[in-house]
Amino acid sequence: MIFHPAIMALLVGSLLVTLMLLYSSYYGVQVIRKWDIKSGSELQLCLERRTYLVSIIMSYMLFFQLASFYLFIFTADAIHATFVSAMCAAGSLNVNEYGYPAVIIKMVNFLFAGTWLIINYADNRAYDYPLIKKKYLLLLVITPLMVAEFIVQGAYFIGLKANVITSCCGSLFSTDAEGIASEIAALPRLPMKIAFYLSTALTLASGMYFCLRSDWSGYVFSFLSIATFVVSVAAMISFISLYFYELPTHHCPFCILQKDYGFIGYLLYIALFGGAVSGLGTGALMPFRKIQSLSQIVPSIQRRLAFTALILYFLFTVVVTYRMIFSDFILEGY
Amino acid sequence: MSRFNKQRNILDFTLSSLLRRRTKNSALVIVYTLIVFSLASVLFFTQAIKKEACIVLQNSPEIIVQRIVAGRHDLLPADYIDTIRAIRGVQSAKGRLWGYYFEPAAGANYTLMVSEEPGVEVGRIVIGQGVSRTIHANRADIVPFRRYDGSYTSFEVSDILSSESELVSSDLVLISESDFREMMGIRGEYVTDAAVYAKNKRELFMIADKIKRILPDTRPITKDEILRTYEAIFDWRGGILLVILSGAVIAFVILAWDKASGLSSDERREIGILKGIGWETSDVIAMKFWEGAVISLSSFSLGIILAYIHVFFASSALFEPALKGWSVLYPEFRLVPHMDPLQIATLFFLTVVPYTVSTIVPSWRAATIDPDTVMRL
Repeated sequence: MIFHPAIMALLVGSLLVTLMLLYSSYYGVQVIRKWDIKSGSELQLCLERRTYLVSIIMSYMLFFQLASFYLFIFTADAIHATFVSAMCAAGSLNVNEYGYPAVIIKMVNFLFAGTWLIINYADNRAYDYPLIKKKYLLLLVITPLMVAEFIVQGAYFIGLKANVITSCCGSLFSTDAEGIASEIAALPRLPMKIAFYLSTALTLASGMYFCLRSDWSGYVFSFLSIATFVVSVAAMISFISLYFYELPTHHCPFCILQKDYGFIGYLLYIALFGGAVSGLGTGALMPFRKIQSLSQIVPSIQRRLAFTALILYFLFTVVVTYRMIFSDFILEGY
Repeated sequence: MSRFNKQRNILDFTLSSLLRRRTKNSALVIVYTLIVFSLASVLFFTQAIKKEACIVLQNSPEIIVQRIVAGRHDLLPADYIDTIRAIRGVQSAKGRLWGYYFEPAAGANYTLMVSEEPGVEVGRIVIGQGVSRTIHANRADIVPFRRYDGSYTSFEVSDILSSESELVSSDLVLISESDFREMMGIRGEYVTDAAVYAKNKRELFMIADKIKRILPDTRPITKDEILRTYEAIFDWRGGILLVILSGAVIAFVILAWDKASGLSSDERREIGILKGIGWETSDVIAMKFWEGAVISLSSFSLGIILAYIHVFFASSALFEPALKGWSVLYPEFRLVPHMDPLQIATLFFLTVVPYTVSTIVPSWRAATIDPDTVMRL
């Protein structure tokens, strides 16, 4: 393990968030088993109060999750100098087999936490807590994932060993260390371009349709926006990053967050993640349109979410396309 | 807009209620600031000194070749250099002559080095600022040195190195090759080590590998490896200091927990009245959120500003010995101010997150107080 301050910060943060979630899960189980809105018992009153606590914890968790995602990528980038042949975060994450799983699980947790907050928001707008058991079931799904994140991230950091000079000779020759792959395997460019624009176009179309009609197409839109999210991340690695770096070989999806590229990565990733959470939330609320106390509330929330997702995905596509067209770099030359 | 105004009004109210309990809150802010200050000082210092090391090492040779005899660094035969020069891809290979000299009167170690550029005349030396300070030597002064056989020789100081390069040259004594060999008793066919440069930087690893194979008793060290080692050492030092300080962080978290959960009867009555006049639980929670945000934000910024001043303007007087290491001839230098988002995020996770987590449950408890039970008291 490397004793880097940022690594310690990440481990501390992850531990605290996990403990908070375990604490709320304990009450989640009680809510699922004993919740009865009609009862006036002391337990029910107590549980109703606890729901406030869980909402606070989840809102903070989402925020910390976002911040820790950022810190994680930056830490991976900061420690790359410690490893032979790692050039940036992409290389550091390849040092052991837990690096990329940690990134993926962090992404998944972020999407889940966002969806939870959306459901929670809808639930709190109704007078009779119609979604309470469902949202606590979702909480019981998120908690093990957070525990998994804590473990995988811990395994990644503990498994890191710096290649430093040893007393017998330079590290390179003492360990027979194979250079780690400093690049990510990227999918072929042309099919990815087609997939990216196709999925974005379909998502935008279905989103607009849903905003106008507000019917079952919400499911289609939600599914498509998640598909677009996955395709966009793959496209980021496959060809988008190349246009920003103006290098035909550098596929790293993280360097784009650096100062050298004008921090444009933040805009892109905020748009992408924001779009994915809004799109996912639209679909997650679909089954609840029929609940009587929510029938007025959910459609308007959904429309707002779908609209947000549309704007964000559109923004992402515009920025990317602008760069592809107006960059001096012509990828087809390579 | 109305939601924005609502939050603004709650924030307004929070600020005035924080000001009403000035003493209690300022104690918390002071401790909080102190914690942020200590952690930030450590982070800023390690990062800045790492940067400094990087800048210094930019000019170091791409590969240094040392000879190892019985596991120890030994003198390198000069004909090894011809062998290295013959490797394809090597642009130049030069023998270097350098060593340490202990000056008993000052109790200090000098680094003696034969300088080619600029050359030093026989019988003269050029000294660094640190050496000059320690033995009060100035230009044209005569400085005695003890030779390897116990006899004495002396050199005239021809120049003093500029203070700009002090971080690297503080303890440096530049000397001519013949004087160095005579003083140290090193015969002409040996050098201390070799500096190798390559035409193509990407071939460095290959060249280092070839040197290792052709001359098995040497150890080639690339610049990257030195940088990596420095990186690891300073990270480690910073990490160790953070672990030590973590005790303080835990104490602070306990204090924050205690402050947040030990509501005075005044505060309880206040929340009771607020709820009595129509505030909802979520409004009180929002108030508590703003309270935490105000305290965290002010302490966090204040701590960072103080740490910045401490490290970059006061040469981090408090942590210097632990982080820098020590030596009689320690260079005097001022670090280049530098701060990056990674440090801020790290600090945030080490201070604000534990603080926030420790206050969540107490503030929820405060927000769910029953108005009638409190007001009846």
